Amino acid sequence: MEENPKIYSLNSRAPSGTLLKKSKFDLGGFLALSVVRILFFFLLFLLFFVLAKIIYGGLGVLSLDFLISAPTNNMTEGGIGPAIFGTLAVTIIMIVIAVPVGVFSAIYLNEYAKPGVVTRIIRASVNNLAGVPSIVFGLFGLGFFVLFVGKGIDELLQTGLYLGQPALLWASATLAVLVLPIVIVSTLEALNSVPESHRNASYGLGATQWQTIKNVVLPQAKPGILTGMILAISRGAGETAPILFLGCAFFLPNLPVTYIDLGLFYIPMVNPADQFMYLAYHIFILSTQSANPTLTQPIQYGTTFVLIALTLLLNLTAIIFRYRFRKTLGKI
Amino acid sequence: MKSTENQIIDSLENTEAERSENKPADQKYTSPYAKRISKRTRIKEKIIKYFFALHGFTAVVFILLIFIFLFKEAWGAFNHIGLVDFLYQESSQTGNKIYEWYPTSENARYSLIPLILGTLITAIPATLISTIFGIAAGIYLSEIAEGKMREFLKPAIELFAGIPTVVLGFFMLVVGATFFQDLLNPANRLNAFLAALGLSLVIIPIIASLTEDALHSIPNEMRMAAYGLGATKWQTIRRVILPAAISGVSAGIILGFGRAIGETMIVLMASGNAANLFVELFRSVRTMTATIAAEMGEVSHHSDHYYALFFIGVVLFTITFILNLFAEIIINKMRKKIKF
Repeated sequence: MEENPKIYSLNSRAPSGTLLKKSKFDLGGFLALSVVRILFFFLLFLLFFVLAKIIYGGLGVLSLDFLISAPTNNMTEGGIGPAIFGTLAVTIIMIVIAVPVGVFSAIYLNEYAKPGVVTRIIRASVNNLAGVPSIVFGLFGLGFFVLFVGKGIDELLQTGLYLGQPALLWASATLAVLVLPIVIVSTLEALNSVPESHRNASYGLGATQWQTIKNVVLPQAKPGILTGMILAISRGAGETAPILFLGCAFFLPNLPVTYIDLGLFYIPMVNPADQFMYLAYHIFILSTQSANPTLTQPIQYGTTFVLIALTLLLNLTAIIFRYRFRKTLGKI
Repeated sequence: MKSTENQIIDSLENTEAERSENKPADQKYTSPYAKRISKRTRIKEKIIKYFFALHGFTAVVFILLIFIFLFKEAWGAFNHIGLVDFLYQESSQTGNKIYEWYPTSENARYSLIPLILGTLITAIPATLISTIFGIAAGIYLSEIAEGKMREFLKPAIELFAGIPTVVLGFFMLVVGATFFQDLLNPANRLNAFLAALGLSLVIIPIIASLTEDALHSIPNEMRMAAYGLGATKWQTIRRVILPAAISGVSAGIILGFGRAIGETMIVLMASGNAANLFVELFRSVRTMTATIAAEMGEVSHHSDHYYALFFIGVVLFTITFILNLFAEIIINKMRKKIKF
């Protein structure tokens, strides 16, 4: 592109002369753009094919009974009730752990921390945490939460083997670490989109920094934070590899529920030290390791349908949320 | 005299720096009426600040904890197995080097070579396929699609990224395997090619969205300038936009490759899980991630096999860590370059 800085007279041709011939049809360009279009729509077709295939296979199995009842007859009949229960229990505990930590972390990064080496290290760590392979999270959960924290608590409280084994709580905690970057990044984006003038207006009224964050910044950022939460739930519910050896079970006769004795009556509560069934794991184990994979195929399709409906609905909600959030912010 | 001057200059510089950062000012400079804030409020503000600062470092702490605990659990591998044994083992009869992953045999062999090759033969084709589709999708979304179309298609690709990997693995296992068995008649029904296709379904959205980001961040003036010179749309994309955004695109490819190496469920379900040294695209292979996933549940804690699996975890973590860092540096450089 580097041409001599010489001035072309009016009737001399421009340096790369062919460009100016407007009448010449750019065939190569047209073909290239067509290839791009075809590749893109093939991709889109593939996405809808995957979805359609699973919906087609799953709809026939789906019924209320399938969603509630437990597997029977050596997993070949019955439903996926315990797996749904386990997924809900794990993701709820996960979100209870991950959201406060992630949101506070993002508030520090966006509102308090000054740009510098420290913030750069934190941001790099967040990005890196998002890129750690999920199976490594599984190893970490086993090595840290189960064998270090759990065993440590057991030894401290002299309870015998209670928390020092793969359990629901540790699966939730590991998934919480896994979704932490999602929560932090969405919250950061939400906080960052609150106009600086709003903060200054608050300071001008004499509000302190915390009052400003509490009363001005956070209320505006709430939809964005909620988006992050929804994305985190969807991600956590779909992950399988991290929980493979953190208490996930092929089949459990009872739900992971414990009853707290209050004298007059019992309160049922999720038992954090118990094993659990998980939708994503259920798909994996049924399709690869059940005694007769072809016999259980309708159930596999049904389970996949439920999981994909759950995650896609959550993702869709998050996308719509974010879209509207951006639209309202655009008006400010 | 000099000290007060310096103080004034310092304070001027401080406020200047803060203004340029576009951040709420530090307490000291918040307002000229700062003295009116009572001591109690100030202490409260400080405490709140440190409370948030404490949480601010969670991500750093967990990266360090992952590092420490992976190494802690893998440490036994260095003592019991030895680094050379992770490469090959010499046969006791013939003295030949054996490259085998066979930890359950009486004479356990822990060579990582077949697993690394298995990982590469799934990850590299997956990245190649995804690069083509991902860049095409990125170009389409950023440069070709317009208005309502774009608003609808972008979320569609985002939805693609939200499909759980176990679902894609299941799809490959049940639908993909049969389809390609009829079409290509591979040596094994479940093979590296199938896993690579499954992986690319995960990586394409990553490369697509990063490419789209990179292309979209190129200022419109550059497009207009190219059109003004008489360039066609494709010439503009090919000669102006893509070269300008090349760092963002390559960061996307690197991140995608890292993801392909670290992905577990798809390769576990679709690759066939046979640890052969002679890796072929249409034969069963076994990757590092699938090995951990398949064997960790059955080993007894703190056995040699357990240490070996954690050692694989360390290798995986290190590779992906380096790749991520690399991509991060590239993206940061690009941001600095484009900001004008």
